[in-house]
Amino acid sequence: MLRLNFILLLVALVCALATVAANHRARKLFVEYEREQSRMRELEVEFGQLQLEQSTWAGHARIEKIARERLAMRPPAPAQVVQLEAAPR
Amino acid sequence: MKFASSPILTHRLAPGRSRFVVLLLLGSFLVLLGRSFYLQGFQNDFLQKKGESRYERTIEISATRGRILDRHGDVLAVSTPVKAVWAIPEDASLKPAEARQLAGLLDMDVRELNRKLASERDFVFVKRQVPPDVADKVEALKLRGIHEQTEYRRYYPSGDVMAHLLGFTGVADEGQEGVELAMNGLLMGKPGSRRVIKDRRGQIVEDVESIRAPQEGKDVTLALDAKIQYLAHSLLKQAIGEHKAKAGGVVVLDVRTGEVLALANMPTYNPNNRVRLAGAQLRNRAFTDTFEPGSTFKPFTAALALEKGKFRFDTPIQTAPGRLTIGSATIHDAHPHGVLTLAEVIQKSSNVGAAKVALSFAPEEMWQTFAGLGFGAPLKLGFPGEVGGRLRPAKSWRPIEQATMSYGHGISVTLIQMARAYMAFARDGDLVPLSLTRVDAPPVASATVFSGQTAREVRAMLEMAVQPGGTAPKAQIPGYRVAGKTGTAHKLDGGTYADKYVSSFIGFAPASDPRLVVAVMIDEPSAGKHYGGDVAAPVFAQIMAGALRTLGVPQDQPLKPLIMAEAVKEGV
Repeated sequence: MLRLNFILLLVALVCALATVAANHRARKLFVEYEREQSRMRELEVEFGQLQLEQSTWAGHARIEKIARERLAMRPPAPAQVVQLEAAPR
Repeated sequence: MKFASSPILTHRLAPGRSRFVVLLLLGSFLVLLGRSFYLQGFQNDFLQKKGESRYERTIEISATRGRILDRHGDVLAVSTPVKAVWAIPEDASLKPAEARQLAGLLDMDVRELNRKLASERDFVFVKRQVPPDVADKVEALKLRGIHEQTEYRRYYPSGDVMAHLLGFTGVADEGQEGVELAMNGLLMGKPGSRRVIKDRRGQIVEDVESIRAPQEGKDVTLALDAKIQYLAHSLLKQAIGEHKAKAGGVVVLDVRTGEVLALANMPTYNPNNRVRLAGAQLRNRAFTDTFEPGSTFKPFTAALALEKGKFRFDTPIQTAPGRLTIGSATIHDAHPHGVLTLAEVIQKSSNVGAAKVALSFAPEEMWQTFAGLGFGAPLKLGFPGEVGGRLRPAKSWRPIEQATMSYGHGISVTLIQMARAYMAFARDGDLVPLSLTRVDAPPVASATVFSGQTAREVRAMLEMAVQPGGTAPKAQIPGYRVAGKTGTAHKLDGGTYADKYVSSFIGFAPASDPRLVVAVMIDEPSAGKHYGGDVAAPVFAQIMAGALRTLGVPQDQPLKPLIMAEAVKEGV
């Protein structure tokens, strides 16, 4: 009887320790998850800023200015435009 | 010596003393037991809360405002986080050197900073909308009583090009103008909050519960085509400069879907920097300003005439001697024309001809046509400040008013209303609701105003108007058949018609299968020219040509040298 009680006590103890360990592990993982989440938010912010930068660089006014001034481009004269017929589908 | 035989034990105590000690100990136990019952039973909730508040925190989760995109997904407006620097004036006792340093970083006057920190209030914003890199430097100073909080700032990469359509947001990132206001509910996110357990180092170790899930603002995809918008904006700007005009507006509509592809106004402003903003710059004229349309209104009169069957395309109308007296007022044509067909009345823009046509109808019939085209009532696009213009009830029309209305005086409209009404001609007689957002399925026509036959005939008349012999040969585009009508209206100034004009041109192309309606309005051109055919028509042609090329619309006319005959002067 005493031996059985002793074994049960041991089992209870092991279980308790396992619970503690599991909880600790869960919290550690959660911290990691939180870190990744905030990284995600940071990246989202950066994405927004990069989009902003992209649309600033790709602004039509800037493109037109560069095309006209630096690359000396101009709209084609109507006679230079060749119209292609799309093949019937 | 054995313990049991200790001499102390031989000494007998009085029995009362030991019983007293036993009872005392028992009593103490009972008190302890009672206390613990009290704490566990009655005080439990309170203590539990106290305990939780030691390690639990409720944190706010901010939600970002949605982006505004053009029809191809290009970003037109986006929010990015910035910092607000705030202070508790009571705590913030900065040394002069520190104050100078802080003021320098925040790019503000030291005196202003000190004035803010001397405030009586518990909380003052030192500066809002501080860029993150500057905020980091401020934080690195570790000043007592100076704190930071995250807020959002809206950026508009396209600047003044589409300022009026997009509008802008206030300091708290809520819409105040334009689409930002019209679609604020959709764009705005709802911040959420959740309860978490934090450890000693401030790290979140456990999620307790989500109190309110944050709702990110939704992105809005507009119908706007950024390329066409840029084209419209820059060509309008150029024309305003060239003609020394006070203001102007351009609207580009997709005939098939009713989408607003471009909407430009002048003068404009840069939404990213709204210091020194005047009311005139802010006005979205295409939506909120009404004007007397002038001759661009004549096609509606002609359409009514065809629709009712009283006139045909080639019914002759006597317009000689170029004036018509009704009561005490006289209507003039800029040039007397003699006998014109109905089509030629439109082509040469004869006021007398239009008036004669109008006077053969009852006021109610005209009113119904105009109201059916959407005049006199706001378009209800949800745009802030939208107005409907003025179309008085038919009962109050006097004959002279009915006559002047036939050529667009005595009635007021917005540019977007005019552009939409022209869709009835471009679309075989029906109208579709306009849309600021991208339309993916073809819309259902909301109203049929004219028969297809009438629409096609008016289209033919409008094509004549841009050809040699019409009022707007400058609206021609190589490779495309164009249809449209000029307008040159005297402006009312203090109740009388002054020597100021509104020049306009509204048209569509390709005339064989219309894809786009472009409406151009230029207010008070004052560099010598003021006829719609000279001022607004070239702007129309450039915008239309560019937009058709952008959309890859096939040409419907062989290239031939354009004949730029001198335009016929229209009646003003």
